[in-house]
Amino acid sequence: MARITLDHIRHSYFPFPKTDEHYALKQVNLEWRDGGAYALLGPSGCGKTTLLNLISGLLVPTEGRLLFDGKDVTRATPEERNIAQVFQFPVIYDTMTVYDNLAFPLRNRGVAEAEVDQRVQEIAAMLDLSKTLRNRASGLTADGKQKISLGRGLVRADVNVIMFDEPLTVIDPHLKWQLRSKLKELHQHTRRTMIYVTHDQTEALTFADTVVVMNHGVVVQTGTPIELFERPRHTFVGHFIGSPGMNLLPAEVKGGTVTFAGETVAVENGAAASSARGKLEIGIRPEFISFGKTGLAADITKVSDTGRFRIVEAVSHGQRVKLLVPEGIAIPAGRAHLAFDAARTRLYEDGWLAGERPGDAP
Amino acid sequence: MKKPVNNKAWFLVLPVFLLVAFNALIPLMTVVNYSVQETFGDNVFTWAGVQWFQDVLRSDNFWNALQRQLLFTFIVLAIEIPLGLGIALTMPKQGFWVSVCLVLMSLPLLIPWNVVGAMWNIMALPDIGLLGKAINGLGINYNYTRQPVSAWFTLVLMDVWHWTSLVALLCYAGLVSIPDAYYQAAKVDGARRWAVFRYIQLPKLRHVLTIAVLLRFMDSFMIYTEPQVMTGGGPGSATTFLSIDLVKKGIGQFDLGPAAAMSIIYFLIILALSWLFYTLMMRHQET
Repeated sequence: MARITLDHIRHSYFPFPKTDEHYALKQVNLEWRDGGAYALLGPSGCGKTTLLNLISGLLVPTEGRLLFDGKDVTRATPEERNIAQVFQFPVIYDTMTVYDNLAFPLRNRGVAEAEVDQRVQEIAAMLDLSKTLRNRASGLTADGKQKISLGRGLVRADVNVIMFDEPLTVIDPHLKWQLRSKLKELHQHTRRTMIYVTHDQTEALTFADTVVVMNHGVVVQTGTPIELFERPRHTFVGHFIGSPGMNLLPAEVKGGTVTFAGETVAVENGAAASSARGKLEIGIRPEFISFGKTGLAADITKVSDTGRFRIVEAVSHGQRVKLLVPEGIAIPAGRAHLAFDAARTRLYEDGWLAGERPGDAP
Repeated sequence: MKKPVNNKAWFLVLPVFLLVAFNALIPLMTVVNYSVQETFGDNVFTWAGVQWFQDVLRSDNFWNALQRQLLFTFIVLAIEIPLGLGIALTMPKQGFWVSVCLVLMSLPLLIPWNVVGAMWNIMALPDIGLLGKAINGLGINYNYTRQPVSAWFTLVLMDVWHWTSLVALLCYAGLVSIPDAYYQAAKVDGARRWAVFRYIQLPKLRHVLTIAVLLRFMDSFMIYTEPQVMTGGGPGSATTFLSIDLVKKGIGQFDLGPAAAMSIIYFLIILALSWLFYTLMMRHQET
């Protein structure tokens, strides 16, 4: 097990990258705690898999250093790093039995047969594969095969980190839940560092203690699921996490106060407002807007009932605003006033939370 | 429940039926026709029963040619399949050299078969040919028109030169279609080079190798043009393979009945052996 440090890692698939556009990973500094459960969350093509392959040693970064427990492993092979990785599509050794598949990583490392057997039986029991151990692996269903892949990742007791690259893509929805809670359980049981790559926010938020959100090759925020929800550091996080996503309203700053369409809006990070520059926006989640006697005047255009909540769409000064209204609260007809929770309303500059743009002094 | 019957569909299959009839069924049936009758020209046929089949199966010529044929095919397969696989494994996966390799490998396959025979015929001439002169220059007595061993050596070498590319290209196509994730997983699992070959590459190449073996088996078992041009079946009858023997009988001596009987036996041998190969190589598929 190890603490993993990514020190100014940049990676490009071009042999001679010139502009920032050539970099799949623009600059990443991260510290993964030993024994943590991490999720790497982001849309397709944001660099998640690249980052994962850099950690596992399948790729060597163009720039920067990678440390395991302070030891430089930037150029070490996957084997030397002693890591495990589970891929998006099941990888099984067709000609072997399920048992031999699970035993393969151990046997390659010369582990004694008695210990191999013990580990394989243990992992098979965890993944409900015990009954099929003697079967040929190629005959299994897609989720059976992916369980073998997971099993091969988990079978070695001494790995530094186990990485999962969207491992549940091919799994049936009802089994997804089961396997995800199984992984969570395994983590609590073994306390091994796990990194889980996904583009599915539910998977990320339920699995991980710490979620790393990426977009366009940059880490936009690292935090607990609650932090990501309550205090998005970037409008991308506000939009990507939560359903529906965060409302964004064009803003102006006049004399230190933040305004939307001429009306003053109180924001939590108002102190940074006076120095904010670039494209300014006010961000607030639909959960934190309520109906009030005063506040922003808006016309209600649509109400959709999701069961526990109703999503209300309103238009104010030509801008659409969404609210999440709990059951039991009356929705005014036609014209209404919207009250923003000032502690959760924030100003963003060029997408970044005002005052926390990377490169600015904190 | 009654299924709807549409007899118009037969009309649409008719062109294929005609095509198959003219290029396969009718010629094959003509051969069957000749194999059980005696003919003296003028379309006069008399019934001969299984006479010609008995003649063929009792002739030493046939059994000797069959033995040579089996030996030749076995040697050629034993060299070309591993060699082709080996070449495919060492070919680059990407970059400039891929195209260079592919073009170079395809060249022998693009040369007409009789030209291949003529090329090697000249190249292996002991007095003026590059290859023949070189071997003799090494102090080895080599003359493919006089010594059976030299003739066999030249024919095998020529076939390996001509056809190993096909095996290599098939295997290469199979290899590049293996997803990267398999190699990555193998790296993470700590697999050595041999384990990668044994547990990933070889199993994934099973179908491709089956096809390669079948193609090379059938083609080498039917080989005619190159040895005919090269040695004409000699010296003596040292390189008289089944097809050469057949042509001598049918065209040379105009023994149409025995030649037809032999054709059918020849065809059945190829069919049976192909089936055997296919079944053997595919038998693990269902279990």
